[in-house]
Amino acid sequence: MKTKKKLDTNTVLIIITICLFIFMYAVGCVIYQDKGFGNFQTFLNVLINNAGLICVTCGMTCVMLTGGIDISVGSVIAMDCMLLVFGMTEWHMGAVPMVILVLVIGLIFGAVQGFLVGYLEIQPFIVTMAGMFFGRGMTAVICSGQISITEADNPLFYSWANAKINLPAFLGKVNKHGKVVVPYMRPTVVIAIVVLILIFLMLKYTKFGRNLYAVGGNQTSATMMGLNVKKTRMLSHILSSFLCSIGGILYCLNTMSGSVNQAKGLEMDAIASAVIGGTLLTGGVGNVIGSLFGVLINGTITVLVNTNGKLLSSWANIATAALLCIFIILQSVFALVKARRNK
Amino acid sequence: MENFKKLTKQPLFLPIFCMILVLLINLIKSPAFFSISINNGVLYGRLIDILNRGSEIAILAVGQTLVVAVSAGTDISVGSVMSLSACSCCMLLAGYGNNSVSVLAVPMIVGMLFGVLMGGVCGAFNGALVAKLKIQPMVATLILFTAARAIGLLLCNNQITYIRYEPYKYLGNFFPGCPIPTPLFVAIVVILIVGILLRKTALGLYIQSVGINGRAARISGINSDVICFICYLVCGLCAGIAGIVASSRIYSADSNNIGLNYELDAILAVALGGNSLGGGKFNLAGSIIGAYTIQAITTTLLAMGVSTDKAPVFKAIIVIIIVVVQAPAFKAYMAARKAQKAQVKEAA
Amino acid sequence: MDENLLITMRDISKSFPGVKALDHAQFTLRKGEIHALMGENGAGKSTLIKVLTGVYSLDAGEIHVAGFDGPIINHSTLEAQEKGIATVYQEVNLCPNLTVAENLFIGREPKTKLGTIDWRTMNKRAKEIMDGLEINIDVTIALENYSLAIQQMIAIARAVDMDCKVLILDEPTSSLDDNEVEKLFKVMRDLKAKGVGIIFVTHFLEQVYAVCDTITVLRNGEFAGEYTVEEMPRVKLVAAMLGKDFDDLASIKKEGAGHVSDEVVVDGKGLSHKGTIKPFDFEIRKGEVVGITGLLGSGRSEMVRCIYGADKAQTGTLKFKGNELNIKEPLDAIKAGMGYLPDDRKADGCIGDLSVRENIILALQARNGMFKKIPISKQNEIADKFIDMLQIKTASRETPINQLSGGNQQKVILARWLCTHPDFLILDEPTRGIDIGTKTEFQKLALKFAEEEGMSIVFISSEIEEMLRTCTRMYVMRDGAQVGEISGEMTQESVMSAIAGGV
Repeated sequence: MKTKKKLDTNTVLIIITICLFIFMYAVGCVIYQDKGFGNFQTFLNVLINNAGLICVTCGMTCVMLTGGIDISVGSVIAMDCMLLVFGMTEWHMGAVPMVILVLVIGLIFGAVQGFLVGYLEIQPFIVTMAGMFFGRGMTAVICSGQISITEADNPLFYSWANAKINLPAFLGKVNKHGKVVVPYMRPTVVIAIVVLILIFLMLKYTKFGRNLYAVGGNQTSATMMGLNVKKTRMLSHILSSFLCSIGGILYCLNTMSGSVNQAKGLEMDAIASAVIGGTLLTGGVGNVIGSLFGVLINGTITVLVNTNGKLLSSWANIATAALLCIFIILQSVFALVKARRNK
Repeated sequence: MENFKKLTKQPLFLPIFCMILVLLINLIKSPAFFSISINNGVLYGRLIDILNRGSEIAILAVGQTLVVAVSAGTDISVGSVMSLSACSCCMLLAGYGNNSVSVLAVPMIVGMLFGVLMGGVCGAFNGALVAKLKIQPMVATLILFTAARAIGLLLCNNQITYIRYEPYKYLGNFFPGCPIPTPLFVAIVVILIVGILLRKTALGLYIQSVGINGRAARISGINSDVICFICYLVCGLCAGIAGIVASSRIYSADSNNIGLNYELDAILAVALGGNSLGGGKFNLAGSIIGAYTIQAITTTLLAMGVSTDKAPVFKAIIVIIIVVVQAPAFKAYMAARKAQKAQVKEAA
Repeated sequence: MDENLLITMRDISKSFPGVKALDHAQFTLRKGEIHALMGENGAGKSTLIKVLTGVYSLDAGEIHVAGFDGPIINHSTLEAQEKGIATVYQEVNLCPNLTVAENLFIGREPKTKLGTIDWRTMNKRAKEIMDGLEINIDVTIALENYSLAIQQMIAIARAVDMDCKVLILDEPTSSLDDNEVEKLFKVMRDLKAKGVGIIFVTHFLEQVYAVCDTITVLRNGEFAGEYTVEEMPRVKLVAAMLGKDFDDLASIKKEGAGHVSDEVVVDGKGLSHKGTIKPFDFEIRKGEVVGITGLLGSGRSEMVRCIYGADKAQTGTLKFKGNELNIKEPLDAIKAGMGYLPDDRKADGCIGDLSVRENIILALQARNGMFKKIPISKQNEIADKFIDMLQIKTASRETPINQLSGGNQQKVILARWLCTHPDFLILDEPTRGIDIGTKTEFQKLALKFAEEEGMSIVFISSEIEEMLRTCTRMYVMRDGAQVGEISGEMTQESVMSAIAGGV
């Protein structure tokens, strides 16, 4: 016997997000046709520019699923970038050891935050706010200026950053001179997509993934059902900081520089992306696929504003905020309707 | 020992203790910290500086305390709203598009009221989302956190707008002939108004009731939505006032920098004041002491030669120490260890 | 240790700040036994269970569990589960956002060869379990889509399926209807036949006599005795729980309706709230005590919520003391002179961290308005008066209400309404989850206020006996609609047949 499944509201929200992205992109293609918006490469550039953010948002989603939040991610990225660049330029360290160092620091950072949130039961907002201060301050402690990395500093890292993965030529476009411009991706995108898929599978098919949902659904119940809530919350923060470090490396590969003001407000981009992607801040509901589209929408808005050229960049912020507003209101209306129906 | 225990149970113990600790460190490190002198007819000194610069945080903390109490959430938009309020004030005073004026387009008071009003509008927007649509406070205020600063930039045409008009500087600096910095007066007035409102009316009881159990409060005849809305409105107004003060300080509207990270300081002040961020019972005096303590920490760090961009490291460590010591889980652990030690002693 | 023993708890003590919850309590559970744990509210039943399951740590005493040497201490529910102790609590402890199947299996999910969760097996087995309970639901959708009763059954199914040696049921029946209670009893009897020991906590005496073998009674945190069901008639059981011979219940008698005047206080016509209650009429006279009866979920509470404005009436008219009243918010009702003691004390009644004083004056303050603050001296006076009058057991008037026992909390909420001097007071399940002594007090109080102060009172209770004792007239509800009214000579049977409908 096959029971007919009702579409639940959370799925509807994700579908709306995906439709919105497609709609927005289509509108962009029509309006800015002359500026090459319709190029496949433009889409790939959105991915390339936001590879780091995708990783960070995956981690953010995991923390938000438990009902927590991690606002330290922006400064952790700044710290990672600064450390990578400073390490390779000033200490003349190799690319591989630096990457490993950054990942380890991410784990430690997450472990400390996770311990405070999970075992000492301090509100995640406060803990990660302290983490945010700490990360930003440490960035300045490493170096308070702006430094960048060149090929001479570290050829290996440079080659990673500039590696191109060419896609089949038919996706490309013939330029003015009659030559086919082959669309390309960066390795960063591949890493981000792999991370995304792994997190998706983890959330769906592993015990830890389901525990995240359970803890976010009802913490007391989760304890009563014999789950280790403290450990789960701690692990969620470790995961978030670790993914954030990966994101930091991808971010650095993109910018090749480090500065104190880097990635400022990135935590809000990540939270906004997750919320637009259907993750509830109360926890228990959400999905990284939604988060991916959240990031893409965020990225597309920026590209749309940039492509226009005449608009101030603050319009991108306002547009994101407006979208966030619409989505939050939608979520809440759905929740209210649901509550009324259950009554 | 008993007395000491009683003392630590006092609601204001934590904020006052922290304040004293910070001052004590200064006393040991550099007694010059406490020296107050009069230069050009106004008071100078680190302590004055703390009272002066801490005023914006104190004003924000007043609003933030109410928001935390009523909705168990934080208004993270206050910093951005400060910036918006400053920008709208300066935009009106200078006229749209002008980035430096010495003659005002409209009377100064109109511009300032308009700025505060913008804060109120932002507060009302947040309040409507939280109270009516039942959106989690952090998410609801995230919208204006992102947008308010950007709107401010648009209002100022993406520039820093300077108001080179002497009286405009009074609010953020000194009134001619008065040696005490004006922001302190502004903070006192705000605190007094809100304090009287809480003491002389039942608002305090209402806010706590709604914060602890909104449904029960409604059944008992309290309009939970309205109370929640009022708190956010007050918070927005406070942010507006703080924005005007901050703008007057630098006689300009620097959208990108006014109120930057102030939301964090305001929230920190509330936590430092011994208030639970889980809402419910609150203590306004604690938050205000907390606010000045934070400024004292910042000023101390500066005095010790820690640059502004490195200061957050110390702030973070201080925050963590405070919250860890306050954490019930930590307290329980310490109590258990103490009991264990006592047992060992007894056995020996 | 006796082979038959599953659990022995000896001299268990546990204190909370200011309260001694357990004082040398004893408890023994044997194989294949359904053991009722009885006691008034605050007697320490829940604490004893939470100590056993590791939610609380114990201050003194020993717990022995069959199969483990020496005294054991559980530090968490997980440890208890690993020792074969499964628990179902009164509040549904499941995750609303997960699917039914996940809720049944979380913490022990079936795995595939790769170590990932085997959704297919999980859903299949979940379906089998629910079918076994004759509950036909889709196990692949989120739990929040189902009613509280079904959620409770799922919680029970989860505990039962865990192959436990000991099953603890802590007041699991409060949200279940008779049919579901029967299903639960069947499950319990099956488990008993398999040798599982069951600890059953309930306030319903009938249920104890329907399934239990043994009864342990706790009183004020102390062990009052262990009895077999046969040697313990109801009266003796109640006496054991209260520690005194108990004939107060019988002494409450309706004095007739002599004091009821002809003045109609509330006259509602065609009131309704979409989705919860269909249009109904309601009328009550000065000094009258009226009952509303029906099964749980029949619309009893919804009806009074609609009159009071907790759920705004969308149709119909309401006349209060002859004047038409348009209630938009509870405050309008309070201003007119109504009071409403809600059925869900925790969610709708108590303001947890606030003091007894603040909880008492809250509604009065709300009626006066925000700008007319009641002076502190006056607040103290009111609080003291009611603490004295209702004999509220509290350390002081400044004690937070959440440190009081259930019955005393309920008295505080009652005081909240009494101090507004309402003409019309709604008592929705005032006696649920509180001990028998306080129950009787509430019934007496209701009658007293109706008689002496001419208050009109609506009395709602799941226990028909209580309503027979207090009410002169009853409205009968079924499936969210008003289906009739009974008055005159009412008996348990006549009320039940009215509730059940048909002839």
